[in-house]
Amino acid sequence: MAYLFNTAAQQRRMLDAVGAATLDELFDQIPAKLRLGRPLDLPPPLTEIELESHLRGLAARNVGQPERVCFLGGGSYDHFIPAAVDAIASRSEFYTAYTPYQAEASQGSLQAFFEFQTLICQLTGMGVSNASLYEGGTAVSEAAFMAMRVTGRHKKVAVLESVHPEYRLVVETYLQQVGCDVVVIPTPGGIAAPDAVRQVLDDQTACLVVQHPNFFGALEPTRELTAAAQAAGALAVVSFDPLSLGLLARPADYAADIAVAEGQALGIPMQYGGPYLGLLACREEFVRKMPGRLIGQTVDRMGRRCFVLNLQAREQHIRREKATSNICTNQGLMALRAAVYLALLGPAGLREAAELCCRKAHYAAGQLAQRAGLRLLFDQPFFKEFVVHAPHGAASLISRARQAGFDLGPVVAAGGEREGVLVAVTEKRSRDEIDRLVAALTP
Amino acid sequence: MRNLQSTQLLFECSQPGRRAAVFPAADVPPQAIDEWIPCEHRAASPPPLPELTEPEVVRHFVNLSTLNMSVDTHFYPLGSCTMKYNPKRHERLAGLHGIVDLHPSQPEADVQGMLELLYTMQEMLAEIAGLPGVSLQPAAGAQGELTALLVAAAWFRSRGETRTKVLFPDSAHGTNPASAAVAGFDCVQLKSTPRGFVDLADLKTHLGSDTAVFMVTNPNTLGQFEPNMTEIAQMVHDVGGLVYIDGANMNAITGVARPGDFGGDMQHFNVHKTFTGPHGAGGPGAGPIAVRSFLTEFLPGPIVTRRERPTGGFTWHLTTPARSIGRVRSFFGNVGILVRGYCYLRTLGAAGLLAMSQNAVLNANYLLARLQDVLPVPQGDRCMHEFVASAKGLKERGVSAMDIAKRLLDFGFHAPTVYFPLVVAEAMMIEPTETESKETLDAFSDAIHAILAEDAAFLHDAPHAAPICRPDEVRAARYPILKWTAPPASPETAHAH
Amino acid sequence: MKDDHAMDLQLLLFAKTHEWLRLDGDVATIGISDFAVQSLTDLVYIELPQPGRVLKAGEVFGEVESVKAASDLYSPVAGTVVESNTKLAEDPAQLSASPYETGWLIRLKVSLPVSRAGLLDAEEYKRLCATESH
Repeated sequence: MAYLFNTAAQQRRMLDAVGAATLDELFDQIPAKLRLGRPLDLPPPLTEIELESHLRGLAARNVGQPERVCFLGGGSYDHFIPAAVDAIASRSEFYTAYTPYQAEASQGSLQAFFEFQTLICQLTGMGVSNASLYEGGTAVSEAAFMAMRVTGRHKKVAVLESVHPEYRLVVETYLQQVGCDVVVIPTPGGIAAPDAVRQVLDDQTACLVVQHPNFFGALEPTRELTAAAQAAGALAVVSFDPLSLGLLARPADYAADIAVAEGQALGIPMQYGGPYLGLLACREEFVRKMPGRLIGQTVDRMGRRCFVLNLQAREQHIRREKATSNICTNQGLMALRAAVYLALLGPAGLREAAELCCRKAHYAAGQLAQRAGLRLLFDQPFFKEFVVHAPHGAASLISRARQAGFDLGPVVAAGGEREGVLVAVTEKRSRDEIDRLVAALTP
Repeated sequence: MRNLQSTQLLFECSQPGRRAAVFPAADVPPQAIDEWIPCEHRAASPPPLPELTEPEVVRHFVNLSTLNMSVDTHFYPLGSCTMKYNPKRHERLAGLHGIVDLHPSQPEADVQGMLELLYTMQEMLAEIAGLPGVSLQPAAGAQGELTALLVAAAWFRSRGETRTKVLFPDSAHGTNPASAAVAGFDCVQLKSTPRGFVDLADLKTHLGSDTAVFMVTNPNTLGQFEPNMTEIAQMVHDVGGLVYIDGANMNAITGVARPGDFGGDMQHFNVHKTFTGPHGAGGPGAGPIAVRSFLTEFLPGPIVTRRERPTGGFTWHLTTPARSIGRVRSFFGNVGILVRGYCYLRTLGAAGLLAMSQNAVLNANYLLARLQDVLPVPQGDRCMHEFVASAKGLKERGVSAMDIAKRLLDFGFHAPTVYFPLVVAEAMMIEPTETESKETLDAFSDAIHAILAEDAAFLHDAPHAAPICRPDEVRAARYPILKWTAPPASPETAHAH
Repeated sequence: MKDDHAMDLQLLLFAKTHEWLRLDGDVATIGISDFAVQSLTDLVYIELPQPGRVLKAGEVFGEVESVKAASDLYSPVAGTVVESNTKLAEDPAQLSASPYETGWLIRLKVSLPVSRAGLLDAEEYKRLCATESH
C-alpha cells in the first residue's frame, strides 16, 4: 500500500500494545450505523508509472506553451521565471514545513517571510506588508474589510468599474451578508473620471478601490483618486501590478492607504489560476487592523536576532469571531517564490523587465493598429496590456488568433454592443511572435 | 558545519551594482518610454530592492532552508495539521508541461485534460464526503468554511428565512467563529462536556428558529468521534438549521464514514492535510467544499460539468450554478494543489484510502498507549487519528507543555501542537499520521520518557541544540519590527564596506 | 493584590469584568485591576478611545492585548471620555507595573448620581477574584 510502513507483524504488535484485537476495533467510537460499510466508489489505484502515464495523457489534451504563444492577460501573465526560483521553492525543507508557529524549528521560513515583507515594502513604498493572502481578488476583499475597521464605516464600499471583474465579484460575494453596499463607479472612457468619483464618495464610504494599471491595462489618475477618497474620509485601496513598479510610481508615491495585488507575476507559474499570491501592504498606523500573518524581528535568550509570528492577537486562532480575518493557511511557498524572484531581479532587473513589457506592448499595439486595423478600445496610456476593439465580435478575433497559434484575452465587455479583447505582452514575447500575431490578424 | 553568515539578511548582503537576472535588449524599435507613459505616472527611480548575485541568493535561501524542520527531514507530530509525507511524484506531475503553463483564460477546448481532471476530482470528493455538490474554488479550509456559510445563507434567503446564528463548540478551530463573523452571522459558542463532546443540553438551549448552521469538527479536535452525532444532526435539522462538518480531521475516517452519512449538510476538505498537498511553510492549501444536492445551485462558480458527445465520449465545461453566491476568488482555484490531491487519490484508490485512515488511527493509538503512563490523556485510552495529552501533572515540578515541546526539538522531533484545544489544560496534541514507522513512534516515545526524567531547570532552557532559543515574543509584540530598515549611514559603516 | 494600594482600594468600585472606577466629583477614572493585569500576563498593546466619545454603561471602550490573548475593556458606568492615558500606548508595561496609579486607562465625565448597579466594593471584588482563580 502506498506510503505505509507497518508490516502485518508490526500491526499485530501495535494492536497488542493498544489492547485491540483488530484494526476495525479501533473505530468502535463510530456507531455501526454511521459507517460506510462498503468500499468507496473511486477509480482503481495506480502505480507511479501508471499515474505518470495517466497525467501525461491528460496534460497532452491541454494546449500549453510552446504550441500556443500566450498573449493572455487579465491578472495572470506569462512572465519569465528564473531557474533559481524553482530551485529554492523545491527545497523540501521549505515546502514540506508547516506554518512557523514553533519559532526554534522554523527560522528559515520566518526569516524568508520577514525578507518577503521587507521586499514588498521596498517595492510599494508602504510602511508594512503582511506575509501573504490567497490571491488578488480576496486581497481586495480583505482590504475592504480592513478599511471598514479603520474608518468605522460599515455601509458602503466604492469600486471602479475598471477593476478586474472577478475581483469585483469576489468583493460583492464577500460583502453580501454583512450589509455593506458595493457601489460600482462606471469608467466608460477606460479610466475613472475623478469628478464622477467624488460624487459617489460620502461620509459613509469606507474605501475607494482602484486598480492601476486597471483591468483594461490603462493608467488611472491615481493621485486625484486617492485624494478624492481621503477628502471623503475614506481609504484609498489600490490594486497594483507588482512588475509595473519597475517603471511606474509606487503606491506610496500617490498616497495609497492600502496597496494590494495579485503577485503571480513575481515568479509564480500560471498553473490554470492558482495557487497565486495575494499581497497586502498599508500605512504603518493600520498594522493592528491588518489581516493575515505578520513576521516580526526580536531577540532570543542569548540576544541573537531572530524572527517570530507577531501580533497574533489579531488572528483567528486567538481572537476567534473578532479576528481581523478568517484566514489561517496563506500562500507561504508562493511568498517565498516572490522573495527569491525580487532578490534575483533587484532594482535594475525589475526596471528592465518592466521596460521590456512596456516597449513590446506598445510595439504590438502600434502594429495591430497600423497593419491589422485593430484600434484600441480606449485611448489611454497603458503599461503592458491593452484592449483592442473587436469589430466582428470578440469570439471571432480570438478564434482567428488561435488558429494561427496565438491566445488572446480575456474578453472585455465595454457596454452596449462594444466588445474588446485584452492583449498582454510580457518580456518573454519576441518581436517575431508579435509580427506573426499581427500578420495573422491582418485581413 | 553551519554557515555562520547564513542569517544575514538579503539586504545586508546587497552591494550596489551587483546583478542576478539580466534581460535581453529590446528587439522592438527603440522609443522613449516618456512618449507612452506620462511623467506623472513614472517612478523617479526603481524600488530600492537589494542588489545581489545569483550564487549568493541561492546560498542564502538554501542555508535558510537548513534552519527549518520539515516532513522530509523530521517526524512532525503536529496535532490537527496532518503532517504526512508529500510524495515526490506529485511535484513532478504538477509541474508537467500542459499543467503548470496553462493560463486560466484559455478556451475550454484547449484545456479538456485539465477540466477532466478537475471534474474527476469533484466526483471523487463527492463520493468521499457522501455529499454530491462540490466546489473546488476555496483556497484553504477557512475559505471553504466561509464559502459554505455563504451558500447556506443564500439557501435560507431563497426560502424567505432570516437566520442569524452560527453555533459551534468551544473546542472548535478559531477559523469557525472567524468565518461565521465574516459571513455576517452572530457567533454562539457552546460548552463541551467534561470529556470534550458537544453538550446536548447546551446545544438544545441555543437551538431555535434563528439557528442557521451548527459547525462541528468530527472527529473533534480532541481526536474523538462525537458519540451523539446522529442526535446532534437531528436536533439541528429539527429547528431547520444546517450541519457543517469541519473536515480538518478527515485523515481519521476517509473510507470509514462519510460526513454526508452522519448528518452533515456541508463540509470542507483540507487537500493540503488529508490529501497531502505540501504545507509550504504556511500554504498554499486548497479547501474544496461538498454540499447536499439542494445547496448545489448556490455554489460559487465556476464548477466543471460534463456533457456527452453525440459521437460518444464527453466534453468538459465551466459552468456557474443557477443561483450562485458569486465568486470567492479569481480564476478556478488553487489548481496546483488540487492536481497534487488528485494524484494522491488516484494513487491510493478506495483500499489505499481506507488503509491510510486505519494506519493513521493505529499509529495514534499506539503512541497514546506508549505515552499515557507519563502523559495522561483525559479523553481515555482510545482515540482516532490524534490525541490530546495533558502535561498538567508536571506543573508541580515546574515543567510545562511548552518545555517538553521545546526540548523535543533537541531530540530531532518537531513539537506537538501545544495549548490547543483550550479545553484541556497544558494540552499536547499529537498526530503521528500513517506515514511514520513503528520505529519512529518508539523513538519519539523514548524521547518523551527521557525528557520527563530531566531536570526542570534544564528543560526551561530548551532547546539547547536549535539555531535559536525562546525568542522574546513580548518584545516583538510591544515594539514591532516588521521589516528591515537601512541603518543610518555613519563613517564606520561606510568604512566597513 | 499589592499592599501599598490597600488604602486606595477602599475608594474604588469594581466591575465583574475586572475594571475599577474611582469618582472625583463628576469625573470617573477607570482602570483594570491587578488581578486582571496578572491573568493577562505580559501586556503588549492597549487601545483606548478618543476624548469626546460617549459611552453607555457596559459598552466596550477599548482593548488590551498580550502575546496570546486579547480582551475587551468595558465601561463600568455611562459617561463621556474626557481623557485617555496616552502614555500607556507607548509603554504598556506601565499598566502591569501600576494598575491603580499611573496605569489608569480613561477619565469619564459622568452625570451624578452614578448608578452603582452591578458594581462591587473592594471586599466583594476580592471574593470574586478568589472564586475565579480556582
